[in-house]
Amino acid sequence: MTGVLAFITRRRGGAGWHFTDVLAWIWLLTGLVLMFGPVVWLGLSSFKTRAALSEFPPTLLPYQTRMVEVAGFDEPLPLYRVRAEDGTERLMVQIRRIGSMAQMADPETPGETVRVPLQARDPVRELQLATENYTEPFERLDFLRFFYNSVFVTVVATAITLLVNSMAAFALSKYEFKGRTAVLALILATLMVPLSVIIVPLFSVINGLNLFNSLWGVILPTVATPTGVFLLRQYMLTIPDELLEAARMDHASEWKIYWRIVLPLAMPAVAVLAIFSVMWRWNDFLWPLIVLSDRELYTIQVGLNSFQGELNVQWHYVLAMTVVSMLPVVAIFAFLQRFITTGIASTGIK
Amino acid sequence: MPHREASSSLSGILLAPLRGAMAIVDIPMRWVQRRLGTGGVAAAFLAPNMLIFGVFVLFPMFLNVLYSFTGGGALYLDSRVFVGTEQYETLFECRDYLDPASCREDRFWRAARNTAFFVVVQVALLVAASLVTALVLNRKMRARAFWRAVFFFPVLLSPVVVALIWKWILQRNGLLNAMLSEAGIEPVLWLVDRNWAMFWAIFVAIWAHLGFYTLILLAGLQAIPAVLYEAAQMDGTPRWRVFTRITLPLLWPSLIVVILLALIRAVQVFDEVFVLTGGGPGSATLFLVQYIYETGLAQQARNLGLAAAASILMAAVLIVLTLVQLSSSGWRERKEKR
Repeated sequence: MTGVLAFITRRRGGAGWHFTDVLAWIWLLTGLVLMFGPVVWLGLSSFKTRAALSEFPPTLLPYQTRMVEVAGFDEPLPLYRVRAEDGTERLMVQIRRIGSMAQMADPETPGETVRVPLQARDPVRELQLATENYTEPFERLDFLRFFYNSVFVTVVATAITLLVNSMAAFALSKYEFKGRTAVLALILATLMVPLSVIIVPLFSVINGLNLFNSLWGVILPTVATPTGVFLLRQYMLTIPDELLEAARMDHASEWKIYWRIVLPLAMPAVAVLAIFSVMWRWNDFLWPLIVLSDRELYTIQVGLNSFQGELNVQWHYVLAMTVVSMLPVVAIFAFLQRFITTGIASTGIK
Repeated sequence: MPHREASSSLSGILLAPLRGAMAIVDIPMRWVQRRLGTGGVAAAFLAPNMLIFGVFVLFPMFLNVLYSFTGGGALYLDSRVFVGTEQYETLFECRDYLDPASCREDRFWRAARNTAFFVVVQVALLVAASLVTALVLNRKMRARAFWRAVFFFPVLLSPVVVALIWKWILQRNGLLNAMLSEAGIEPVLWLVDRNWAMFWAIFVAIWAHLGFYTLILLAGLQAIPAVLYEAAQMDGTPRWRVFTRITLPLLWPSLIVVILLALIRAVQVFDEVFVLTGGGPGSATLFLVQYIYETGLAQQARNLGLAAAASILMAAVLIVLTLVQLSSSGWRERKEKR
């Protein structure tokens, strides 16, 4: 036994355990439970039926009562294990409940019913995923609409952001002109004033431009990101001017230099901005909440909020749709984690 | 650059359908180049960004100041009444500044007090937790990428999703109460109790942002030359002294950036808490952005002037914080790289 323990705790280099090693492992394992636990719980809960979700205490895995087709009944009936007074157990279906008694019958002979007290029976439960939580919101509720709106906003806003930010960054990094410092300072100044402090006047501007209650009203105020301009400008400054000069010798137009030379070379930075922009726009909440008033125009985030704000929250749908809304972000994380982490570590933007 | 291999495929996908459009734009741009020269080309490149920027950021910033000096219920500025500093006076009309109930606009003061409390407590705990996490992740360990991902992934989740995840755990029949009842403790209505609601608002905000600040601090830690640690080890320096004399001083610039970014973000807290508690119970978790949103836009009798005045005050705080951040070491470093 001590041999096993020594094997498990043995460390590279033969050094012993310091108390900080123990603390570090406690921190990591607590972190694992606290960070992953809630998301795992969300995932498991999203596959439970509405009835299972209201149980207390909740089960860990999604169980459902087994339903049996019985001759003479349109709907499948729930199956129970019934304890008789002599201690024997029988499997019976419940036909209906009357007060503290249940009318039950053998599935083979549904005509012969018996009355059984509720506490003398337990449901026969089996592991089953309530996939209808995922399909029904798309069929019956407006969820497909919300999803489409979010995709539209994210894709269009990111495309515009990449184009206009990279053009501005190109001008600010590759041309000497009067007022360049002023423009840079102006963009920098707006870093200080986030959207949350200009919602009142921006609301009137959006109304004045007839963009209230339209997806374009959500997209346009967010696309000229100062962080994007700075990120791309910093990167473009590292592209040698000799390349541009060589192209000019060959009579390339300035526009061609921008999109055939500088933009392809700045792709790593453009990719980082694209990933961030997708995340920003997919996750935006406050501004879409202000601009969109028709339910058909809601983005996913606003839609989720409206579901959970209802008087009688349909948690079985809310949980499943929360999982769906996470999927694009999880996919980005799984494939492009490196871009995101190096992007944050080197620029401090989020 | 580490991004090389992914960039070629990405550029292929992004650029292929754009080729045609780009060739068409070349025609007017050539004309600009011929007629107006390089300065004109630069202006043309800047124009789309600055136009959007001007209409949706700069102009509203300017409008915000004007709105804060007007009153009445009209939406557009031209039909609003100039009232001077009345909105600011309303906000500041208080018999006792420490007691929001004695103020005319008591919700503003409650929001301000809640925000101040949230900012101080959340930032202190958040920075401490990120520092510990970064130090732990910086140790020699197996599967560091996995552990980093464990702490980082909530950063990518939307605030609404974060709030819903926790709301589901904290509800009456939720997981937390189930675990407590296993241990023989009575269930608690977490989001109905004033103090607990604030506790969970702070906790959830830390949960969501911990990974972001950890990442910045981890980058800072990894930039500390290993030679210094080797030298300390040779001298037999105790670990605590290594931490206070080498790690902390060299990490200081990153730590300042982290503290300021966390402060700037905390002042603007809205999304997570709004979905989690709705600002309640009562006004226990009402914060400034929610106050501005509700006063200016969400209520039936919207008061744009008052909301604009409140947001000017909030902007003042943010501007000070950002100026401090930009003048701090993080910015100087980036400037030197230029």
